[in-house]
Amino acid sequence: MDIPATALAIRRGDRLALARGLTQVENDTPAGRELLSLLFAEGGQAHLIGVTGAPGTGKSSLVNALAAFYRRTRQVKVGVVAVDPTSPFTGGALLGDRVRMRDLATDPGVFVRSMAARGALGGLAHTTAAVVQLMDAAGYEVILIETVGAGQSEVDIVRLAHTTLVIEAPGLGDDIQAIKAGILEIADILVVNKADQPGVENTERALMSMLEMEHHGFEGDPTHWIPPVLRSIASRNEGIEALAEAIQRHQIFLKNSGEWQRREAARLKGELHVLVQELLVQAWQEALPENAYQQTLEALLSRQTSPHQAAQDLLRYTHR
Amino acid sequence: MAERKIRVIIAKPGLDGHDRGAKVVAQALRDAGMEVIYTGLRQTPEMIAQAALQEDVDAVGMSILSGAHLALVPRVIDLLRANGQKDVAVFVGGIIPEADVPELHKMGVFAVYGPGTNTQTVVAEVQKAAAARLAE
Repeated sequence: MDIPATALAIRRGDRLALARGLTQVENDTPAGRELLSLLFAEGGQAHLIGVTGAPGTGKSSLVNALAAFYRRTRQVKVGVVAVDPTSPFTGGALLGDRVRMRDLATDPGVFVRSMAARGALGGLAHTTAAVVQLMDAAGYEVILIETVGAGQSEVDIVRLAHTTLVIEAPGLGDDIQAIKAGILEIADILVVNKADQPGVENTERALMSMLEMEHHGFEGDPTHWIPPVLRSIASRNEGIEALAEAIQRHQIFLKNSGEWQRREAARLKGELHVLVQELLVQAWQEALPENAYQQTLEALLSRQTSPHQAAQDLLRYTHR
Repeated sequence: MAERKIRVIIAKPGLDGHDRGAKVVAQALRDAGMEVIYTGLRQTPEMIAQAALQEDVDAVGMSILSGAHLALVPRVIDLLRANGQKDVAVFVGGIIPEADVPELHKMGVFAVYGPGTNTQTVVAEVQKAAAARLAE
């Protein structure tokens, strides 16, 4: 792969170059890293919208409806990154989110990429942030990121997205689910999808009462965002315009309150932190003499040394 | 650096609404460790080619029961080529008359699988065809 040429082609809007670049980035190859470095200065423009929630709440349909709405009403390019689980037994994955994204299939202003989580547990793959970065650099102005649907632990999305939508649906669980699930605390906007199903009022009420407890005393405070609760029926395009408006209000709130910059900074800081760790471990592994690890491990197993002492012993090899 | 997974699209072009065969193949490929993008029923050749492009797949599998394979398959292959994806391996499954198989091979289809094909055969041949692309 000619990396500078690929970077230029991606900037020009060449979809094949972007598709191939995304594969390099997804696989965290040296070419992928170089590509991201070359294009880093171009990024940071897109509004990153996370879409999370339990399986069966209609995340993919909502992404489809929202992306189609943006295309109809604004002149923006929309990127979609949809993450599905990887089988822990075979390493394979069935990525089926496109089934619900038919309206986007042939729109030249939309780019949909499916990703397998590949063993990561937080609802995204390890390289989802990097894949999003490349789409951002390619000029996609709105990027919708759909997490794995598991319902209680997809908190990685908060670190990546500017605006996080948590999708609920009526009849999925009793009120206690709403309180238990940690993902409600990460919501910037709560959406009760499938609002034509029975039980929609109960779901809505449970969410509202939880929000009231959490945000009590902040009503009317312009520096404090209280997540709105919205209804939608994604399959019939109902409630999508109001959702898009709420997303826009949140974006304006983020920019006016300085929260946008704070989230950007926190994200880059987190990324730097992870990379430094990775590179340190890599440098340490390269500097480690062949038998040192095995010898220390044996000393540990025979209880001649404690785990902490063993780690200290091995860290002596860091400095080359 | 993560290992490179084989990425395959399993698509249902045309109007027939029967996708059991496609799902069996998709599951077999997944169980063999591949990442399988499933696009659902009634896909146009344009939709399939766009999905293949955006997903940067190594192989495209199409399940066709309607009898329209000689119209649909060359259209998809032409679009893949026009998009610059000349190296993507294409295979076809479904109800394909014996007499049409050589024609499909001539168009660039590497394998045609009828009902009753052992899924292990499909897995092994897709792996081989995709490996040729990954070796580039």
